[in-house]
Formats: sequence, C-alpha cells, structure tokens
Amino acid sequence: MRLTYSLSLIISGLAFFAFTIIGDGYKVGDTATDFSLKGVDGKMVSLTDFPDAKGFIITFTCNHCPYAVLYEDRLIELHNKFAPQGYPVIAINPNDPEVQPADSYEAMQKRAEEKAFPFPYLFDEGQNIYPQYGATKTPHIFLLNKDKVVKYIGAIDDNPRNPDDVKVNYVENAIGAIENGEKPDPDFTKAIGCSIKTKS
Amino acid sequence: MNAITENIFLTFKLFLLSGLLFCNTESYSQSWQLSDLNIIEDFEDMADIFEYDNDTTYLVNFWATWCGPCVKELPYIEEVKSKLSDEKFKLIYVSLDFKKHIETRLLPFLDTHKMTSEMYVLLDSDANSWIDKVDSGWSGSIPFSVVYKGEEKHTFEQQFHSTEELLNIIKPLIH
Repeated sequence: MRLTYSLSLIISGLAFFAFTIIGDGYKVGDTATDFSLKGVDGKMVSLTDFPDAKGFIITFTCNHCPYAVLYEDRLIELHNKFAPQGYPVIAINPNDPEVQPADSYEAMQKRAEEKAFPFPYLFDEGQNIYPQYGATKTPHIFLLNKDKVVKYIGAIDDNPRNPDDVKVNYVENAIGAIENGEKPDPDFTKAIGCSIKTKS
Repeated sequence: MNAITENIFLTFKLFLLSGLLFCNTESYSQSWQLSDLNIIEDFEDMADIFEYDNDTTYLVNFWATWCGPCVKELPYIEEVKSKLSDEKFKLIYVSLDFKKHIETRLLPFLDTHKMTSEMYVLLDSDANSWIDKVDSGWSGSIPFSVVYKGEEKHTFEQQFHSTEELLNIIKPLIH
C-alpha cells in the first residue's frame, strides 16, 4: 500500500506535491542562522545576545491559534525551568498581521503583557525567518544547541489539549539528552497546529 | 482568549457573507445531534476511512471551527459535493474541534451552515502517533485534505481557494 501510494504520487506529478512533501527548512543536524527580530519591548533580539546560552528553545507561535494558546502556560514553565540552566525560550510570531490581525505587533505586546511572558516574543516582520527554519505551523519548536545546531524539531509534548495527561515531554527530554551528550530520541515529532498565515 | 473569540466572531461573519456560496440542492431539515457525530478517541478506530478500496472517490477534509482558513474553504468543498452529487464521490469531514466545544460550537456551526456530510470528530491528542498514518508528508497544520480512489492518493496541506481548484483534482480520479 505504502509503496504503491508513493509510486502513484510520483506518477501523478511530483513537482506539484514536492512542496508539501519535501519542504524547505532545517532538518536535525543543520546549523541554524541567527536573526535580528524586534521583541514586544521594542528591542531587537539576536541569539548572540545570549553569550552564556547552552542552547535555545526557538518556538514559532502566535496569539490567535488555539493550539498556541494551549501551550502558553507550558512555554512559560519551560522558560522558567530551563532559562536558568542555559536554555531560554525564544518565541517568534511568523504570521502576517494583514492576514491575521490578531497576530499584529500591537496584539503581541498586549498578549505578552497579559501573560507576563518571561521570554522574548519576537515578530518575524517580513516573514523572512520562519521559511529558513522550515516552520509550517504554530506552535512549532526548533531546539538548538549553543552552536545553533538543530537538535530537535516538533512539539513540546504529546498532549496539547490537556497538560495533566502529558506522558512524554519531548523538549524537556531533548534538553536532557543534549546535556548528557546524547542524541535526543525522538528528535522529530509532529503535532496539529495552525498554518502560518501568509498572503500567498 | 480575546483573540480567539474575536477570530471566531470574524470567521462567523465571513461565513454569513459567504453563505450564498452554499448551493446544496437537497433541502435541509437536519438538526445535528451528538449522536450524528462519529466521535473518535483513538485514531485507529477511524483509520479505515483513508483506505476504502472501491470505485468511489473520497475527499477527507481535516478542519475545525476555530481554524480560519478551514472555515473559508468550506463553501468550496460543499459546492464540490453538490456538483458531484450524481458521481461516485463521497465527502468525509474530520473535525479537530475540542471535546468541550462539540456541543457549544461544532453542532451549532453544522446547523448554521447546513452541513450534511459524514462528520468525524477526532479527539486523539497524541497527534505524533497518527499524523504519519494519514500521510507521511503532512507536518500537522490544518486545513489538510486527502483525495483518493483505491490506491491513487493525493494530499494537500493547504487551503483551497475555489471550487474549480478542487474539481480539477477530483474529477480525473472519478473518470
């Protein structure tokens, strides 16, 4: 079934589907580029601003997506637990506010204040950064080590809807693996999320 | 929560505006009940809807009332259904609405938009365990659609912008 299905995909026009199947962006093991994006406090933020970091929990997220909202409190916890250990959360809103007004810079400022985000919440103005990472949805996590090598891509944990029912904390486990000099397992997971909003 | 409420309100307004696009020829008298939904806790219980092996062409659409692009493309999908009503074609929806919103948001939405197709509500939270079973190329964003007949299968991690776009994909499989 799987083989014939792959074959049928190729036959019926690989070029058209290549975009969704292969996609661009980082895979585990790639080195991520740095960025300079404006945070909700008006200051520009780059990864080089964290010279003592042992890694970064880069999280593409936003205001409007219910799945992103479900993870807000868990992102705060993650940052409060791991920033002191050298792994800050860096949140980036990749959406075009003209398509989704709830994700405007002003709305980001408001949400960051309401929730008292302890981590930088940055605006991917012009939408140049998320395609480089290959983020496709919110929330979408890219865990980097201190050399900006991508160590894990995917979800924060295995239960978006109910934090009390989480069985596996993917990001937490991946950080533990990096700390022990091991390869995170899994180093790639999938989750439901909101498509990144572009004019396309 | 304000952003969500606002978003839902916006999409609702959009839907009222786009109401004219719904061209269901069948008269609508249904009032959706909880028992009309296929509420699924474990993906395995619905895995067969992606594997029907017969001469019908299936469109399986993952959506949610909270997903703006999903709600925007629904009129096109509904129109496809109506245009293909005499063909061997079946539309199946998979809603990813939250359990707590099934009665407060999903059921009223289905009534308001006069939807009549088979409706699954997938509550299986461990998406990493089932996304690849739907399609290994799917990253997990919605809307997401699968069009298949037998072993010929096409998947779309994108929003559709017209009825024609969908018909151009589905018709070659039917004939």
